[in-house]
Amino acid sequence: MASVLEELVQPMLKKDLPEFGPGDTVRVGVKVVEGTKERIQVFEGVVMRRRSGGINESFTVRRIAAHGIGVERTFLLHSPRIDKIEVLRRGKVRRAQLYYLRGLSGKAARIKEKREA
Amino acid sequence: MINSILGKKLGMTQIFDERGRVIPVTVVEAGPCRITQVRTQERDGYEAVQLGFEESRRLKQPQKGHQKELLRKEKINGHSQEFGLKYLREVATTDVTSTKVGDTIKAGDIFKAGDVVDVTGTSKGKGFAGVMKRHNFKGGPKTHGQSDRRRAPGSIGSGTTPGRVVKGLRMAGHMGNERVTTQNLKVVRIEPEKNLILIKGAVPGATNGLVLIRKAVKRTTDRSAESQ
Repeated sequence: MASVLEELVQPMLKKDLPEFGPGDTVRVGVKVVEGTKERIQVFEGVVMRRRSGGINESFTVRRIAAHGIGVERTFLLHSPRIDKIEVLRRGKVRRAQLYYLRGLSGKAARIKEKREA
Repeated sequence: MINSILGKKLGMTQIFDERGRVIPVTVVEAGPCRITQVRTQERDGYEAVQLGFEESRRLKQPQKGHQKELLRKEKINGHSQEFGLKYLREVATTDVTSTKVGDTIKAGDIFKAGDVVDVTGTSKGKGFAGVMKRHNFKGGPKTHGQSDRRRAPGSIGSGTTPGRVVKGLRMAGHMGNERVTTQNLKVVRIEPEKNLILIKGAVPGATNGLVLIRKAVKRTTDRSAESQ
């Protein structure tokens, strides 16, 4: 019976998403409404995790903001508020959830770039 | 006008509204229901209609006999099979004159997006549950020399006077598996051709459980829509 639910949300799923996963550096364009105007806010950082599936799928992006403060934002992958996801760099990581980044800073928090074979 | 319909809970998911906000919804396959009997003031002393929902060929003879004229016959692998309606429920209605046995009721005929409804179902059985789960008691302290008191109910009454426990005191016992109605839920969307109703929020009962959806008793319009 789950198939009826999947069918129902099918039209809301995005089909033009780039392939990306934990360790990748992405630039996310988020639509923000300010008063009556709508503009695109950009959030750039390392993908820490992707979780769940279907319409519920979400991903968390971590970036180091001013004064070395870590900022994490979680986005719903299929939300219409997400304007665009751009993959800037592919990272080579050995975990699905990069929670260990929270304990690291500076040079230690770097992620090796994935070389395509 | 009949203002109720029977349905089957299919489960929960979420959808996005026009502003990109997430709405948690319960998807219910509602109807089509057929009227299997009409109760009239003269004959029965009250007015109601009996709705039948969900086709099944595994009905007992008395059930089949009750809906004799409505049975759908179909040949499957050369065998003639009779399909009847599995669930029968009576719902009150004010005018029984405009309805007759055999009428079909569909979700799209009664409800539209934005309506407020009450949903009745059978809650999930929790078995024998303690007072913390069943009545939201606080339990006992975890520290200060306590042992075995963490989930205890506390005192259940006075001493020698009155010398008994008052009736109706909330204690541990069977929880769930009872009729529960959730009122004032908003209909988010209707898919008439698939007989689906999307209701905002949770609905009593387990997936695949029978639910009764009715126009809200207390409210007719959705207040949250006006304030926005």
